[in-house]
Amino acid sequence: MNQELNRETIEQAYRYMLTARKLDERLAQLYRAGDIFGGVFLGKGQEALSVSVGMALRKGDIYAPLIRDGAGRLAFGETVLDALRNCLGSPLGPMRARDGNVHRGRPREGCMAMISHLGASISVVNGALMAKRMKGESGFMGAACIGEGATSTGAFHEALNQAAIEKLPLLLVVANNQYAYSTPTTMQFACKKLTDKAVGYGVTAHEVDGTDLESCWNTLQSAARKAREGEGPQLIVAELLRLCGHGEHDDAHYVTDDMKQSNVGKDCMELARTLMTSQHGFSDQELQEWETSTQKDINHSISIVKQEGGPDPYTHSWNPLATRELNEQANGIAK
Amino acid sequence: MSITYLEAIREAQAYLLKNDPRVYIYGQDVGAFGGAFKATKNLATEFPGRVIDAPISEDAMIGSAVGAAIEGLRPIIEVQFADFSTVGFNQMVNQAATLFWRTEVPCPITLRLPSGGTSGGGPFHSQCLESIYAHFPGLIVCTPATVEDAYSMLIESVTLDDPVVFCEHKYLYFHLKAKSLPQEALPIGKARIAREGRDMTIVTYSAMVHECLEAAKEMAQDGIQIEVVDLRTVKPIDTDTIIASVARTGRLLCVAEEWPWGGVNAEVISRVVAEGFNLLDAPPQRINAKDTPIPYHPRLWSVHRPTAQSIIAASRHLLRI
Ligand SMILES: Cc1ncc(C[n+]2csc(CCOP(=O)(O)OP(=O)(O)O)c2C)c(N)n1
Repeated sequence: MNQELNRETIEQAYRYMLTARKLDERLAQLYRAGDIFGGVFLGKGQEALSVSVGMALRKGDIYAPLIRDGAGRLAFGETVLDALRNCLGSPLGPMRARDGNVHRGRPREGCMAMISHLGASISVVNGALMAKRMKGESGFMGAACIGEGATSTGAFHEALNQAAIEKLPLLLVVANNQYAYSTPTTMQFACKKLTDKAVGYGVTAHEVDGTDLESCWNTLQSAARKAREGEGPQLIVAELLRLCGHGEHDDAHYVTDDMKQSNVGKDCMELARTLMTSQHGFSDQELQEWETSTQKDINHSISIVKQEGGPDPYTHSWNPLATRELNEQANGIAK
Repeated sequence: MSITYLEAIREAQAYLLKNDPRVYIYGQDVGAFGGAFKATKNLATEFPGRVIDAPISEDAMIGSAVGAAIEGLRPIIEVQFADFSTVGFNQMVNQAATLFWRTEVPCPITLRLPSGGTSGGGPFHSQCLESIYAHFPGLIVCTPATVEDAYSMLIESVTLDDPVVFCEHKYLYFHLKAKSLPQEALPIGKARIAREGRDMTIVTYSAMVHECLEAAKEMAQDGIQIEVVDLRTVKPIDTDTIIASVARTGRLLCVAEEWPWGGVNAEVISRVVAEGFNLLDAPPQRINAKDTPIPYHPRLWSVHRPTAQSIIAASRHLLRI
């Protein structure tokens, strides 16, 4: 059953998008203030797609978000505290300061913790889905998110082919944000459209305007239904534009003005806001209040996380193995 | 009754499939065909749905194993030849090896690598890759040299909550036989004294254990007693057993079939020198395969890897005799 984008669901979706956008803005500020170790990678412009993926998933499903999926993560159950703790290096975060920024997850709860290697998480989702099938579960689904750049990896090819052979209930969501870091799509693939690739793998493809919440919602709902009903992997390609640098260190000077003014350059948040007020009867004042309270909640969380400090390298456990006695440290080296 | 090294691997997998519903096997041609070496012969019939043919996609094979492990299963991945595991290297060393450390979710997967040279194998069906895997934190690397260890260490590998690279030696598959399967075994991480001796220590593992034992036997005819330590596991290395042996003999030769640069031999010598320098009566020595790709022709291959004869020559050099 497709879930409708009605007054209730759009409010939820919009609130996740808003929280993700506001969180991103604060992370950018913290980065510039020097409060963040390492990089900051934002999802500005991709919230509509991301939230539609997150809300198409249910508890018990598998989700492998990527760099620009703050909104989807929230929809799948991540807390703002988890996100902030990871970005600010709190030992109380999901990765306990061992990994940072977007490299976070709670695999036990179905949210995979991405490694940096692009394309590598797709087959991990496949494996989790295969396992669920072997365990006799039913009705589940998985979603793996990537950018168009990752479609050029061998891992993408192997995993999509594997999912097709195994007829897995996988949504492979490609956010074609027109640039992979600075590389334009012309230097990334030579097919006319990325959905053309689906034919070669024998999977169903869906193309969607990634700036439009309603289109994203409907596409993801219908792809999810197909996947859950046993129709195999669904390749979803959303056209949109990254409305920020690759990371906050990047001024994105290579994004052309033409691109910014084209259809993909529209801001999904603004479009969603219009949808909320014109179609679903929300008032500007209401939306303004949400914005203020969201901001306040995020600031409150930041103050909590800042007090948590960083990890202690001296009391930290440096064991990479679950089998304690087999760690090399326990075995006479690098004491 | 006698059982080969390869049959022991099959039996270990049959045991695991029978006793642990979380175990499944995934690899190219492992299903109805029974695997390129027949290590999974009949298992697909005995355990329907749990011995699964994979596409030629080592990256996706290993990546999916990580996902299944997160879901609580215990996959065994058979790579057709160790050499092809480089295609899935990233998933093993970056995805599997880091999972527990990053997320506290264990990653119990076993990567079976048919390793090492056989006559005529050539550059891409002969490699020993234990050291490149051992380099990465978060992996356990097993290199069984006996039928008994092939059996018991494979069972233990799958039981462990960590990713294991299981380097099984193709040269031993058919050559090596035992009377029966073991009832008990040393644990992973513990080395074994394969032969006792007082004059020098050879530290080795996998197929080279047998070349070393042959060399030791020949040397014994001249009254030289060589102690042979079979590492069994190259990560972690059982440094204590090595140092204890060197303390008894004062001399160390390391023998491995893999390439020399930065490998197990280098690691063992580095540890002995750092922790037991005073125990040494002579500079430690090592022999590896030659530092070239592995040659195809049997006559070239026969001198490419260490043999009993080259081990004897190195031992004589070490003993100044
Ligand atoms: C296998 C691999 N190669 C290179 C990189 C370095 N890298 C990180 S992000 C990125 C660009 C990714 O572009 P895309 O997949 O389109 O996603 P986007 O950043 O546009 O969301 C690159 C090259 C990487 N992470 N992984």
